[in-house]
Amino acid sequence: MAKTIKTLEDVTIRFAGDSGDGMQLTGTQFTNTVAVLGADLSTLPDYPAEIRAPAGTTYGVSGYQIHFGSTDILTPGDTCDVLVAMNPAALVTNLKMLRDGGIIIVNEDSFTEKNFKMAGLDSNPLENASLSRFTVHQIGISKLTSNALADMNLSTKFVDKTKNFFALGIMYWLYNRPLDISERFIQEKFGTKDPQIAEANLRVLKAGYNYGETTEIFTTRYDVKPAKLPPGKYRNIMGNTATALGLVAASKKAGLQLFLGSYPITPASDILHELSRLKEYDVKTFQAEDEIAAICASIGASYAGALAATTTSGPGLALKTEALGLAIMLELPLVVIDVQRGGPSTGLPTKTEQADLLQAVQGRNGEAPLCVLSASTPADCFMAAYEAARIAIKYMTPVICLTDGYLGNGAEPWKIPTEEDLPDISVSFAKDPATFMPYSRDEKTLSRPWAIPGTPGLEHRIGGLEKQHITGNISYDPENHDFMVKMRAAKIERIVNDIPLQEVEGNAEGDLLIVGWGSTYGSIKSAISGARARGLSVSHAHLRYLNPLPKNLGEILYKFKHVLVPEINNGQLVKLLRSKYLVPAVGFNMIKGLPLRSEEIESAIDSILGGNNA
Amino acid sequence: MPETMEKTPAPPVKLTIKDFQSDQDVRWCPGCGDYSILAQVQRVLPEFGHKKEDYVMVSGIGCSSRFPYYVDTFGIHGIHGRATAIASGVKMANPALHVWVSTGDGDGLSIGGNHMIHMLRRNLDIKVILFNNQIYGLTKGQYSPTSVLGQITKSTPTGVIDPPFIPVSLALGAGATLVARSMDRDPKHLQEMVRRADKHHGSAFLEIYQNCNVFNDGAFFLYTEKETRDDHVVYLEHGKPLVFGKQREKGIRLNGFTPEAVNITDGKYSLNDLLVHNEQDSTLAFILANMIHNPELPRAMGVFLSLEHPTYEEGMRGQIAKAKSKKGEGNLQKLLDGDETWIIE
Repeated sequence: MAKTIKTLEDVTIRFAGDSGDGMQLTGTQFTNTVAVLGADLSTLPDYPAEIRAPAGTTYGVSGYQIHFGSTDILTPGDTCDVLVAMNPAALVTNLKMLRDGGIIIVNEDSFTEKNFKMAGLDSNPLENASLSRFTVHQIGISKLTSNALADMNLSTKFVDKTKNFFALGIMYWLYNRPLDISERFIQEKFGTKDPQIAEANLRVLKAGYNYGETTEIFTTRYDVKPAKLPPGKYRNIMGNTATALGLVAASKKAGLQLFLGSYPITPASDILHELSRLKEYDVKTFQAEDEIAAICASIGASYAGALAATTTSGPGLALKTEALGLAIMLELPLVVIDVQRGGPSTGLPTKTEQADLLQAVQGRNGEAPLCVLSASTPADCFMAAYEAARIAIKYMTPVICLTDGYLGNGAEPWKIPTEEDLPDISVSFAKDPATFMPYSRDEKTLSRPWAIPGTPGLEHRIGGLEKQHITGNISYDPENHDFMVKMRAAKIERIVNDIPLQEVEGNAEGDLLIVGWGSTYGSIKSAISGARARGLSVSHAHLRYLNPLPKNLGEILYKFKHVLVPEINNGQLVKLLRSKYLVPAVGFNMIKGLPLRSEEIESAIDSILGGNNA
Repeated sequence: MPETMEKTPAPPVKLTIKDFQSDQDVRWCPGCGDYSILAQVQRVLPEFGHKKEDYVMVSGIGCSSRFPYYVDTFGIHGIHGRATAIASGVKMANPALHVWVSTGDGDGLSIGGNHMIHMLRRNLDIKVILFNNQIYGLTKGQYSPTSVLGQITKSTPTGVIDPPFIPVSLALGAGATLVARSMDRDPKHLQEMVRRADKHHGSAFLEIYQNCNVFNDGAFFLYTEKETRDDHVVYLEHGKPLVFGKQREKGIRLNGFTPEAVNITDGKYSLNDLLVHNEQDSTLAFILANMIHNPELPRAMGVFLSLEHPTYEEGMRGQIAKAKSKKGEGNLQKLLDGDETWIIE
């Protein structure tokens, strides 16, 4: 039977299975292949905190969603078009994500009485009417995988582990993608180490692809053309990788070694992993005994003249609080990356949230201002980290760069910058003993000199006790303390002169301005384009700089009748905006551990503007 | 570029005690043991031949942590308990620096206990001098993790009920490669121990019995005062038998694994029966450290253990050098490009 090829503008696929089924790897492989063929894309890994939760349970289900297309892809998709479910639990937990009329591909071999029980099902959903709204393809993935490897004498356990590549092969066929990128990956990963494993995975991948080709189960194949992205060289990149590269790039541009003090924490650990492999770039990574030691070692390294960074997530940032105060007092450059996750306390370690904003801006003892900025997409983590380093060095201050679990683990195509494109970062260490004063200040930036040990004649002591203006000696003088508190604040405020004015996407005035920050960028943009298409007057200001806020932000806010601030927290930026600009901004807050859905934001727009998003 | 900050060893520099005295008024209580420690350190620093600008003194919070302000080198007065972590970063970023930590029994063993053991375990080439006065001085007299059972303090009006750390045992257990003990009131010995710390390659831990004359006066007088010192202190010297007593008439012998004090003049035991100190023997170091549990035995002073092991920062630099020789100097553009790219025209 001839198979037709249907071209789609965009499609969203969700892979779901046990946390031991390799769904994240399957999703990542599919993403890399889709990316290299030039589609625009956005991904959402959605996995449990348990590494290997009992097989077959609903809480052990790991998902990976990819939205790709030939158009501008802004979000991983509110819903998916295709659900690949490796077992009943994966089907049950992810069905609500599938749009009506969507496609389900299930591994029917896993649909056993035992697994129904594990998934809390009374009967086989494949045999009752519960899936009647969808197109269901039942495929015996486990058996077909085992047949493909029948002559290889491999253990049943191992064979079962390769079945995700069968599913991947089917999806490659169904979406008209080549196998070579994943084949190369398999060869590189196992080829020399264990040729047999490589051979098995390659066979299963091809078997899946051929299954799509030869069986009559699928009558239609789909194609997605490359996206019309701006010209340039592209790669696919995950947020945490982009953050790591941003730090390395900044260190190279500054001519400094990069020092990372870090303690493992989900979802930030990948930055440590990434940087620990880059030793030939003069990157020193230090896995400290705890979060406090991680930041303290970074402060020490900064004092000694390195570009120092520490990477963490919310609970870790809480532990670093006191040391951040020290870095503010010492006035040393330091980059703090907070890959935010669901809180408070341990919260939802593998889920995303934006609830560390106030902790970053205000969460310290005493008057302790520092610069806070954020990344808005996975690839944007690169420039956010780079910019954090630039400001930290220029203003001799700690800078907190907020990303989040969705950005850190999500991926998208990245137009690769050239070294020359990157903003200059110049460093000048103090050298002259005749003029050196530890707390003298640059007139323009108000930053103090960076005087590193090993420089003759510049011996001096700094510490957490209040400093005397200019000399840096300990001072308990009331006037001096008042002066220094205001001086430290003024220094951070000066950064506004060094950051771009806030831009508005859409009209500069109108009925509604949506102000967002961080990872909600895509959802907001997509919601606004929906609302505008329906004739509503909505504009978008997405903030990179959260402290200090851009100097024209007030003027922008005052030009709109309504200001809406969607956040994945209980209303934090909205609080800052209301208190600073005295505007009646309102929040839209969903704290589900997931990215905001554009249709929910669109409904919020309608509830303000009285439109009808039906 | 980054490693250019690190210097190659230079010829010895001629400095004097004055070079290490800062212009800051010393603000410890009159009569505090800290004055002696500061004086002994300032006295021996010029002997070491290192450049003044290559020293970094790091501290946390507490009386002992004011130390960096009084020594005219680079210095950081950090936050409570974190001096060893801050110092670790300084040393890793620039291994050519001579990094010293001054800390106390509260700062170093209570709030900073975790950082202390991990720094020692890693064997960073950092010298820790721990001022042990068995009390919190700066917060005015609460008990510390080295206060003794039953000690009456402001926060233990009816006596301490938790057993103390033995700092030397803790450092040995953490894997420090040089472990020593000395006293504020024995300047010559203290100077010698500071010298040993400087010469050591790796992390050095020097506990100093320090008198807090305001909140815990006389805690160590049994060991530090002329009248009682000879009978209650045994000085450890590598390759020499453990002899003590006013007439040097007593010694330490091992009975199995248990040390005991014996008289070597009454005919039963002689010098030949005594334990001979060996700084390279870590089992012996633990035995000597544990003598503290037996009140019949004198307190050991000196170097308990001195081992030569690779340092953490050497390992770190070695891995960087290896990566560079294998993969070449990192090329930023190559890194940004990654493995799979595509071009959009």
